[in-house]
Amino acid sequence: MIGVLALQGNFDSHIKILKKINLKHKLVKTSDDLSSVDGLIIPGGESTTITNLLRKNQSLINGINKLSKNKPILGSCAGLILMSKESNDSRVHNFAFLDVITCRNAYGRQVHSFEAKINVKNGLMSSDIDVLFIRAPKIDKINNDVEVLATFQEEVVAVRQGIHIGISCHPELLNETLIHEICFKGKT
Amino acid sequence: MSKESFKVKVGLAEMLKGGVIMDVTNLEQAKIAEDAGAVSVMALERIPSDIRKDGGVARMSNPHMIKEIQDNVSIPVMAKCRIGHFAEAQILEALEVDFIDESEVLTTADEHAHVDKHPFKVPFVCGARDLGEALRRINEGAALIRTKGEAGSGNIVEAVRHMKMITSQIIELKDADLSKKAEEFRVPLDLVEEVAKNQKLTVPNFAAGGIATPADASLMMQLGAETVFVGSGIFKSQDPSERAHAIVKAVTHFKSAKDVLTASYDLKDAMKGILMSDIPEDEKFSNRGD
Repeated sequence: MIGVLALQGNFDSHIKILKKINLKHKLVKTSDDLSSVDGLIIPGGESTTITNLLRKNQSLINGINKLSKNKPILGSCAGLILMSKESNDSRVHNFAFLDVITCRNAYGRQVHSFEAKINVKNGLMSSDIDVLFIRAPKIDKINNDVEVLATFQEEVVAVRQGIHIGISCHPELLNETLIHEICFKGKT
Repeated sequence: MSKESFKVKVGLAEMLKGGVIMDVTNLEQAKIAEDAGAVSVMALERIPSDIRKDGGVARMSNPHMIKEIQDNVSIPVMAKCRIGHFAEAQILEALEVDFIDESEVLTTADEHAHVDKHPFKVPFVCGARDLGEALRRINEGAALIRTKGEAGSGNIVEAVRHMKMITSQIIELKDADLSKKAEEFRVPLDLVEEVAKNQKLTVPNFAAGGIATPADASLMMQLGAETVFVGSGIFKSQDPSERAHAIVKAVTHFKSAKDVLTASYDLKDAMKGILMSDIPEDEKFSNRGD
């Protein structure tokens, strides 16, 4: 059972992907919802909004911190920013599950959003998947113990540290399941 | 415009789900909205209740005012153009607003046609009272539909009517002659077929027009809205910041009456509402555009 943080954002497109790869899901709005989950997705949305709602619920923050010790967490777009150690916007909460520095809206406003193919390298496997970059962040700096999982035009767009994955774009909006499979398959 | 770019437009609407989009008329309000957890702000010179009161022609807002907000908040900024006024839309695109609302709240510019939204890179949101209107707007290229409701009224009755109408008309498609429906709605058959099959619009479906309290927001979410727009409801109340926080919380936890109660608890008076019977038919915003 994978939890999907449903405070705000595109949680339903992640649920579609979990269904597609035959994983059960659960919406997470409170710390109680975290019991019995084997992993968590922090979706895209507005990181200031999600931060605001998280900070009204310290027990949910504590629960997610505790979950991160031994269960995989996948963050996309705003989720990546929240999982990073630091971002260029001090108002946004940083769980620091990924030792990277992120930059919000790094490509500019919505007219600069785009569709692209990114290259995912996982062990010996290398494949291209379709994604959308929507007012996307960039990963500016990667520290020790962080592995590059995907690149686009030589820029790092997805990273893995231990069991956690962060991605700056949206494979789930184009029905791509690979990143979710890498993060959760065989771990539930 | 290709199918791919349309997905990019709908992508932003997907990111706005489960949130509150707030009308703001200046930078100070925009900052209050952002701090309270708005997913986006709609920058406009006058909120709908003042447009109604002031009368006269309501046009696209001053670009300078929109730009000042864009430069100082990190969330997406939307702005309104008049129905059919594609030149205003072109200006808003050049300004790089994140979403254009082709809105019945402003004075109609073209009584026979809406903006052809396909050639634009910026996504459009449009209001609808029923399924036919929603599908016509989607066919013209809208990436997001909202109920029209009755903006600036502080009265939820029209938004409820429009949301329930769209939902029930989608259910009716199950047993309907779809080519007849396509003809009635004046849209291509494949669009009607897709909605009938998925039992859902092909783009996200938000609520707008008359939302004034956390309870109104919860009501619209329970009726199937995926996000709510709050116009006059916040900055015409006695406690904008508190109310903005409360409505954000009510949208996230709309299924939990306890949470909506907590959100509502310490609020002061909401904006004064207007009865539909007190608005003459020709002054109703929702009658603009079809």
